[in-house]
Amino acid sequence: MPTIVVEVMPKAELLDPQGKAVAGALGRLGKTRFTSVRLGKRFEITVEGHVDDAVLAEVRELADTVLSNSVIEDVVGIHVLEAPAGETH
Amino acid sequence: MRIGVVTFPGSLDDRDAQRAIRLAGAEAVALWHGEHDLHGVDALVLPGGFSYGDYLRCGAIASLSPIMAEVIDAANKGMPVLGICNGFQMLAEAHLLEGGLIRNDHGLFICRDQQLRVENTFTDWTGGFAAGQEITIPLKNGEGGFTASADTLERLEGEERVVVRYVGMNPNGSLNDIAGISNKRGNVVGLMPHPEHAVEPGFGPDTDDAMRSGTDGLTFFSSVIKRMLVTA
Repeated sequence: MPTIVVEVMPKAELLDPQGKAVAGALGRLGKTRFTSVRLGKRFEITVEGHVDDAVLAEVRELADTVLSNSVIEDVVGIHVLEAPAGETH
Repeated sequence: MRIGVVTFPGSLDDRDAQRAIRLAGAEAVALWHGEHDLHGVDALVLPGGFSYGDYLRCGAIASLSPIMAEVIDAANKGMPVLGICNGFQMLAEAHLLEGGLIRNDHGLFICRDQQLRVENTFTDWTGGFAAGQEITIPLKNGEGGFTASADTLERLEGEERVVVRYVGMNPNGSLNDIAGISNKRGNVVGLMPHPEHAVEPGFGPDTDDAMRSGTDGLTFFSSVIKRMLVTA
């Protein structure tokens, strides 16, 4: 069955304490070339049947209304996951 | 006078809210998230806790619960609704209140007796306070940072919809030290600190008079009872 990926990130202008904590850990490991980390979410949604424009539109709407909160987050990507080579449906 | 308290999977402070309502002099009615029934209550409290384990976003999944359809409808018709902590997060997710709550800027969970200033005594839940009154009630959250766009923030301040503000220190990075806000009509109020934990001598915050004697939170519940008696 096809999978649709939705990616959500905290808004760029907002503090991202989780990303900051990860960046701090990288610094403590001596990975000083990595100066900042932002941490978001990736949803993998399995769809029954095939993905057409109507399904993508429905996912877009869910991404904007349920999967993200536009006050604090942005939907940064929606795409159909390609089936791994060799997998048959 | 009957005030409903909705229990969601992961609610923690529903019993404390019920107790606060009884101590303030009303009947507390336990409501269940999975029903489409408010059981004829006169007002509603969405309690604190960690509904759905804070998965997705705090309060987000609870805001899609069956009973929230009735809660939103009642709120839009003017029923007093108080969201405490996780309940505030639900009201924001349900778009009954503006802005959003994000992880504390310092990244830590914080639990303390928090001093607040009551900025707006015109809401259904704050009529019993004096304007500018300073109170102390417990605060306990990991994601209590109030945020909103610059436009929204300006509107909230301009329309005097900031209900309570942090005093002494800002515990979570909330913009403009905002601890609680209301909708335009003043019937829906959300706040991060917990008034239901400061309603009974012996179990509240310390005061100058005695340990754990603080009962400043009770006024939120007695205010709504008084308001409903006036409008009944």
